Amino acid sequence: MKRLLLSVRNLKTHFPLAKTIVKAVDGISFDLFEGETLCVVGESGSGKSAAARSILQILDRPGKIVDGEILLHRYREDDTTPSAIIDIAKLGRSSRAMQMVRRQDISMIFQEPMSSLSLAHSCGDQIVEAILLRHPRMAKRDAWQRAVELLRQMQLPDPALTASQYPFQLSGGMRQRAMIAMALASEPRILIADEPTTALDVTTQAEILALLERLRSSLGLGVIFITHDVGVVANIADRVAVMQLGKVVETGDLRSIFDHPQHPYTRMLLASAQRLEKPSPLRATVVPVESTHANVRPILKVRDLGKTFVLRRGLLGNGLKELRAVDGVSFDVMPRENVGIVGESGSGKSTMARCIVGLHNASAGSMLYRDASDGEVELAGRVRKGNDPLLREVRMIFQDPFSALNPRMTVGQIIGEPIRLAKTARGRELKERVAELLSLVGLEPRMMERYPHAFSGGQRQRIVIARAIATSPRLIVADEATSALDVSLRAQMLDLMLELQNRLNLSYVFITHDISNIRYFCDRVVVMHQGKVVETGTVDAVLNAPSHDYTKRLIASVPRPDPSLQTPQ
Amino acid sequence: MIGYILRRVCAMALTFWAMTFVAFLIMELPPGDFATTRVSEVSAAGAKIDPAMVERLREMYHLDAPLLERYAVWFGGVLRGDLGYSLAYNTPVNQLVASQLPNTLLVEGLTLLFMYAVAIPIGIYSAVRQYSAGDYVASIIGFIGVAVPSFLFALLLMWVAYSSFGVVLGGLQSQEYQGAAWSWGKFSDLAAHLWAPILVGGAAGMASLIRVTRANLLDELDKPYVTTARAKGLPEWRLLLKYPVRMAMSPLVSSIGWLLPSLISSATVVAIVLNMPTLGPLLLTGLLVQDMFLAGGVLVVMAILTLIGTLISDVVLFWLDPRVRVSAA
Repeated sequence: MKRLLLSVRNLKTHFPLAKTIVKAVDGISFDLFEGETLCVVGESGSGKSAAARSILQILDRPGKIVDGEILLHRYREDDTTPSAIIDIAKLGRSSRAMQMVRRQDISMIFQEPMSSLSLAHSCGDQIVEAILLRHPRMAKRDAWQRAVELLRQMQLPDPALTASQYPFQLSGGMRQRAMIAMALASEPRILIADEPTTALDVTTQAEILALLERLRSSLGLGVIFITHDVGVVANIADRVAVMQLGKVVETGDLRSIFDHPQHPYTRMLLASAQRLEKPSPLRATVVPVESTHANVRPILKVRDLGKTFVLRRGLLGNGLKELRAVDGVSFDVMPRENVGIVGESGSGKSTMARCIVGLHNASAGSMLYRDASDGEVELAGRVRKGNDPLLREVRMIFQDPFSALNPRMTVGQIIGEPIRLAKTARGRELKERVAELLSLVGLEPRMMERYPHAFSGGQRQRIVIARAIATSPRLIVADEATSALDVSLRAQMLDLMLELQNRLNLSYVFITHDISNIRYFCDRVVVMHQGKVVETGTVDAVLNAPSHDYTKRLIASVPRPDPSLQTPQ
Repeated sequence: MIGYILRRVCAMALTFWAMTFVAFLIMELPPGDFATTRVSEVSAAGAKIDPAMVERLREMYHLDAPLLERYAVWFGGVLRGDLGYSLAYNTPVNQLVASQLPNTLLVEGLTLLFMYAVAIPIGIYSAVRQYSAGDYVASIIGFIGVAVPSFLFALLLMWVAYSSFGVVLGGLQSQEYQGAAWSWGKFSDLAAHLWAPILVGGAAGMASLIRVTRANLLDELDKPYVTTARAKGLPEWRLLLKYPVRMAMSPLVSSIGWLLPSLISSATVVAIVLNMPTLGPLLLTGLLVQDMFLAGGVLVVMAILTLIGTLISDVVLFWLDPRVRVSAA
């Protein structure tokens, strides 16, 4: 019989603002048992993070627990009945009792280890602090030894060195390991993990998930794991709580949630994730590329593309360093073909995208573009300005729809701007064109008078797409076009892009770190690693039978949204 | 660490040269020179002056030489530690500066300490208890401090001191102790004179320091690393001082450099009102009568103070922020 560690009953956490009260958590209940992982899954704004922070009373201002109970069960040794039951919801947020709960019962790890660790203190210093809070009488030297030992348990290669280093000297994965070491330094019973792998690369994510899994079973921790990623849930959860708009709409065992989801929202969430596991139905209408290869010539031919950044340091420019962000990359894009460029952070995929659209100047190689009149144009070294047709024919979709739209321009002005610059339409004609574009991307033409802040993330990305297709382009470079969106919106956005492709004869260069997007959207894939191409081929060939070691590792690391597909860790 | 300081000192030498050159150019900007000022002074007093004598005066002090030549001669002297000869006082500038510099450093140093010691705790308090009664009181006092001109505050203080307590504020020492050997009496007499300029000088700077500390700290308070520290179970005040306050201090530390000279120049009017024997009034006299060597000498001292202040802030930042340490290594 597993012991109950935490019991949340009808918890309500509100954020009173000037005009309204945001009911971030609106009456949720769940239990957490020893040695189990409870995944709280939901999309942005579901209140999952506020729920986690309520448990430690570390809500951002002006968040406040207004009702409900958070019953923490403390046990002595191996007793089966609790020695004390504490209602955390009744404790003051800065009270001594609350501090004791944080020092010995519950620890938390966060999404972004770079900003969640202090940059002014060494990792060892921050871990030692947690140890000394738990064991006030321990000598500082012993605490340091213990910190190094903890870092060793986190499988860091040189724990003594890491202890003396500052967080900004470590890689993202190492930082998160140091964070976990700090959380476990207080020997907690409960670990709350708030999206701990979202900011990490997928291969690093797999390592951290495996580490957490190992620690959970060896220490008998109860883990509350907050995530938006259905794949991660399928990978690590024992039980699942699905949150939507501040409420837990469904809770149950992993298998029962995945095999027999009851609530419509759960079904929608699972379906959105699982939909990305196979090619989009819309893709069937695209002419298979192989059959046309013989008589169709590529719209873009990239050969030995290189981009080197010069990093300068020192007063006199001494200590010159070079960074080869893109190094000898070659691939073709056929007309109406979707080529996916996949890689982790630092692989050079975004730099390459920027070279194609002319935001960076390539340092080496060539990019031959076949224009509308079937002539070849060299993109490398060409300055695009004024009325250059390239600016109309090769367009870009950006990652973050919140920063990609000027907040001081109306949607009509934003979408109309490239048309005005191309001088293809003016006045009433321009307005009609903008209205047409808005309905093409599934928005209403009357929305053109509004400003971007009035739109949700998904709607903004539609505006970004409308701006990209405003000048009747032929080649679109999409840089992580779906990563800023919730799962349920990703498939929709990709479908929209495919529909537009069928109507407007587009070709896409699709940059992503997400294998499922590639599977859903692309015909061929280019795998990049540290600036170089490690593997290219059709999506089927590369994803089902990868030949390069890195590709194999990358694909194996992706958590699939299906519990029966998980490889044992 | 030593390499870092050496690099800084090299940069400082260049900066020092640039500062003296610009200071010299600015002093040259107003029309006329010491000789013309002297002539107008004398004629204003009703006397006639012989044009030949004016020429002699010019020749004597090389006032006719080209600008760059005069700069070269003067800067050469500065490098040898000779600030030149004050025409207005008929005394070497070195001697004038040396007589006022200790007083100046004493008053301004204490003002600085007073400012930091009072303003930073108040700033921290009003950030942590944002929108509390205490925050509003501190803010109101702060705004009044910024708004009231220092000389007016000094005058008010003198009036209150005289009308209510019969004390005459002014100067740094009573007559009987001037030139006397150090004794307990002399020390307490100095303390009785010092508080007024420190209070007046501190009030204005303190107000802005409170606002800056508050704003910096408010930026840091909601950062994730503060939440992490709280989640560890640190007591609130200990965590505030160890994490966000330390980060919020960096911008303040960077400002030490220009705070030192600005204290001297902004205190000039106050020093005149309170009859303080410091460098401020000396600079003003030098500029008024176009005594190039005197004004230039005081400016050189201020430049050196700026550079020392900058060096101090660099060293403190080096200690405070490991990012500086790592990138300097």
